[in-house]
Amino acid sequence: MSERGRTIAGGLLFAPLAAVPLVVTSGRWIEFLELTLFTAVLGQGWNVLGGYGGQYSFGHALFFGTAAYIQALLQFKLGWSPWLTMWFAILGAMLVAAGVGYLSFRYGLRGSYFALITLAFAEAFHVLSRSFIGLTEGGRGVQLALNQDPAQAFATFQFNFAGPFLSTYGFYYTILVFLSIAYAAVWWMQRTRFGAQLVAVRENEDAAEALGVDAFRVKLGAILLSAAITALAGIYHVQKFLFIDPGIAYGPAKSVEALFAPIIGGLGTVLGAFFIHGIGETTKEIIGTFWQERPGLDLILFGVILVLVLGFAPRGIAGLLGEAWRRATDRACN
Amino acid sequence: MDILGFQIPTYGWQTVTGSAISGVFLGSIYALVALGLTLIYGVLHIINFAHGSLLMLSMYAVFFLWAGLGIDPYLAMLLVVPGGYLFGYVLQRSVIGQVSHGRDEIILLVTLGVAIVIENAALFFFSADERSVQVPYDLDGLDLGVTFVVYPELVALAGSLLITLGLWLFMTRTDTGKAIRAVAKEREGARLVGINVEHIFAVSFGIGTACVAAAASLLAPTYAVHPQFGYLFVLIAFTVVVLGGMGSFVGALAGGFVIGITEQLGRLYLGESLGLITISVIFILILLFRPTGLFGQTPH
Repeated sequence: MSERGRTIAGGLLFAPLAAVPLVVTSGRWIEFLELTLFTAVLGQGWNVLGGYGGQYSFGHALFFGTAAYIQALLQFKLGWSPWLTMWFAILGAMLVAAGVGYLSFRYGLRGSYFALITLAFAEAFHVLSRSFIGLTEGGRGVQLALNQDPAQAFATFQFNFAGPFLSTYGFYYTILVFLSIAYAAVWWMQRTRFGAQLVAVRENEDAAEALGVDAFRVKLGAILLSAAITALAGIYHVQKFLFIDPGIAYGPAKSVEALFAPIIGGLGTVLGAFFIHGIGETTKEIIGTFWQERPGLDLILFGVILVLVLGFAPRGIAGLLGEAWRRATDRACN
Repeated sequence: MDILGFQIPTYGWQTVTGSAISGVFLGSIYALVALGLTLIYGVLHIINFAHGSLLMLSMYAVFFLWAGLGIDPYLAMLLVVPGGYLFGYVLQRSVIGQVSHGRDEIILLVTLGVAIVIENAALFFFSADERSVQVPYDLDGLDLGVTFVVYPELVALAGSLLITLGLWLFMTRTDTGKAIRAVAKEREGARLVGINVEHIFAVSFGIGTACVAAAASLLAPTYAVHPQFGYLFVLIAFTVVVLGGMGSFVGALAGGFVIGITEQLGRLYLGESLGLITISVIFILILLFRPTGLFGQTPH
């Protein structure tokens, strides 16, 4: 797809998402869409480093979890406004990214070695968040107070009691705004010199260096942007569920979720997120009718799809659709 | 000692020695799990993320053989080791080998996908409940003065030494072993002299899985199994393998002991929870400063 085509396609996707409340009134569907957009934000964060930069992180929970903990703890311990804490959450995630990125890229870790070290850092933070009980409340997790006063809904960044419209759609629009920011950032990145250099480093790091690209700085920039976007997902998660613990923050589930969407979906991460949640919800529905509440089957399917996509559709669902579209138009022209 | 408000206790030599000795036994278990992983890496250059889930699956096999047919977990080795070999052979030949082309991080993702499938299949069919084999001898053991060692731990230590020796003999004395080493060193050259490289890949993966099945029956008397059981071990096994040098059996054994002792001393001095950080820290440091490990060759 051409550059312009992609921009138009992006716009075409966001317009209906913004208009969703006109059509969808069922809370369950909104929850589904929220979950999908959340995965898309997480995936877009991963995509900056993994998709554009070619550095496959297996520990993106690092940035999600750090942002979530900062967002929760500054409110919980110091009573700060969530609108203030979110900047610290983003900054904190970027600081962790700077540390991890500096060490990994300075010592030239590539490919699987980079994947392994991000995994190791995520596990280290997992242990730390469980162990320093005085700071993080340990395994019990941090539970924020639920605000029940509609007048305070905006001040507390909690929409649960904010009137009929906001209590249903408040968090939906929050995550939609976050996703738009993530997309705008990636769109901007693609247009800059930095974005071009990042792709050059992905394609051939040594050749890019030979042409004068400072690969270390470019990769560091990518991990910082990636962490900042992933931090948005952490902020949303804390405000929505008012709870964080070491397993949610730094466990392997979020790291895996972050790379699922972009790899299965291809560069169009929103597509991947819709695809996996569509399948996830459908299988849960089907299982619900036959066995009632039996976990596992949806993830079995994801695993199978992941393996199939890696083996036979390296450009993901978006790539498959693009190919089908090209074939259809070719036939129409002939 | 007091660092940043964190109390580091002081202990007598008996406690420290006892902790180090139990670290040796724990390390032998880590080495057992890491042996198969290092073999698969050495030959296929695949970092097999599914290794932990294959351990978990073998543990379930041992458990069901015991629960259903009353087979002793050690005796079950006669069944699960060939079973593991076949499973690994087929998995490599018909799944991983078919879809793994291109960069190594893609192959890592393929094995991650396989791990997710196996783990959740276990969750779906066996539920999240912990299951453990009950044997009459699991609490008997030797009193070493500074620590107490149960017989299953002694058997696991002996098992890890024997399996390392067996693998070494197999790799140096048999034709298949020589073919595996040839493929590991120079796969195109091996193909040219008539070695069926795809077959050797699958054989190596099968042997790696058989190792993990042997580890499972040695672990079964002391550990309870649940679907996430593999994840606990996969990080540790990676650490052991990288520390020992990817592809080195002796390295895996030595790496296992180093990690086991460090973990136990870490638990002693830093507490049950924070003590586990020693593993991640070693992993990070070794990746940064000596990615070829203690016994590894220089990367190609």
